[in-house]
Amino acid sequence: MNNPSFAQMIITVLLAGIITDNMVLSKFLGICPFLGVSKKLNTAFAMSVAVILVMLVATAVTYPIYVFLLIPFGLEYLQTICFILVIAALVQLIEILLKRFLPPIYKALGIYLPLITTNCAVLGITLLHFTNQRIIDYAATVPGGYQSFKLFALCLFNALGGGLGFLLAMFLFSGVRQKLERSNIPKFLQGLPITLIAAGIVALSFLGFAGIV
Amino acid sequence: MTQVLIAAAILGAIGLLGGALLAVVSTLCDKGDNNEKAALVREALPGANCGACGFAGCDAYAEAIANGTAEANLCAPGGKETAEKLSKILGIEVVSEEKVAMVSCNGCSSNVDTRFNYVGIKSCVAAAAVLGGPSACEYGCIGFGDCVSACSFNAISVTDGLAKVDGSLCGGCGSCATVCPKEVIKIVPKLKSAKLLCNNHQKGATAKKVCKTACIGCGLCAKKCENGAITVENFLAQINPTKCNACGKCVDACPQKIISIF
Repeated sequence: MNNPSFAQMIITVLLAGIITDNMVLSKFLGICPFLGVSKKLNTAFAMSVAVILVMLVATAVTYPIYVFLLIPFGLEYLQTICFILVIAALVQLIEILLKRFLPPIYKALGIYLPLITTNCAVLGITLLHFTNQRIIDYAATVPGGYQSFKLFALCLFNALGGGLGFLLAMFLFSGVRQKLERSNIPKFLQGLPITLIAAGIVALSFLGFAGIV
Repeated sequence: MTQVLIAAAILGAIGLLGGALLAVVSTLCDKGDNNEKAALVREALPGANCGACGFAGCDAYAEAIANGTAEANLCAPGGKETAEKLSKILGIEVVSEEKVAMVSCNGCSSNVDTRFNYVGIKSCVAAAAVLGGPSACEYGCIGFGDCVSACSFNAISVTDGLAKVDGSLCGGCGSCATVCPKEVIKIVPKLKSAKLLCNNHQKGATAKKVCKTACIGCGLCAKKCENGAITVENFLAQINPTKCNACGKCVDACPQKIISIF
């Protein structure tokens, strides 16, 4: 196969993030908010928007730290703890700034923003930029590799794709859960058990997309 | 060795930088809090974010109190202490409504018959699943003590097949009422008032057949009550504890002797 162009790569990572490599349904990251706040459509939407926002900002901050600080010193093994630190501080910072300057948005996001501090989907996407085979292959064809701006932009799109995938999963699942509320479920399955089973079935259905991208 | 030092230095630097940034930004941005009352109320609340008040958390509840859209006595974990603090802040008297659990049944094994010999799991939920339980009264206490194990205050004991709540130990949390399959445990305000020890909604004659101490719905108590605190619904007397002044007239009037004051 020929080397893909930058535009092709952007479309590929976006589609992969949303459908085939869906954060929640195929990588099983971010299950906590997926189960916790998918009861209603509007809370699911608020949470997803917050996740997309934080994923983008977290990528924008952790990418340079990894590429220009950790790789040159040979400290790749520090990436997990380093990213946790940075993301936790970042979410706090965003919260403070939103509270001061954009109170309506702060109110709309409410408790979901601090919850993201411990959201593994956000940590996951920042770590997965550097293990994603597509991005690694593409980096080999670009002069400068990971240090080029093109790769940085591509990772931002990858984060956006992951976030949109999270949004899609939350949307689909909140629809499923609203149907579940009204159905007659045996008592021993009520609550979390039936929710987990439904999540498994939704994830299974996403297997049908395998191989598209 | 230098590797370790570099790693520690980089991680430490990132941590310090993040911390310093947060500290600076938060001090710069903290001036915008103009709703002082809400902040004061928020301080007085326990901060458990349990949601017992019906709001999304202590912050939301504090704001609602400050705006006057919510009653100030809804905080269950705060109890009296929080109520006192809030009444100081708001300048009004806040009465925390303490609750207590009571078993509205008097069907100990000598009072109520059994329909069959139950030998299954010693649990009320399991027993209730078998034809509604072994007790002849389908509304009454089963007596296997699901509530005893649910209680975190050790306030409930089962004697002679009947659960009893020790009001002095009960925290009013309501976890016993949720596990009781017969819904015979009621959460009521902690007031000295007349309490009916029966949960049977059957007609008088049927109720009397299954249990010696069933409420037959005769309505004598309602007639004697001077405060209109008692009504009879579905062959069962209902006592409104806030209207009751514990005068004791209904206790004397009851032919079944199942109203008591505590």
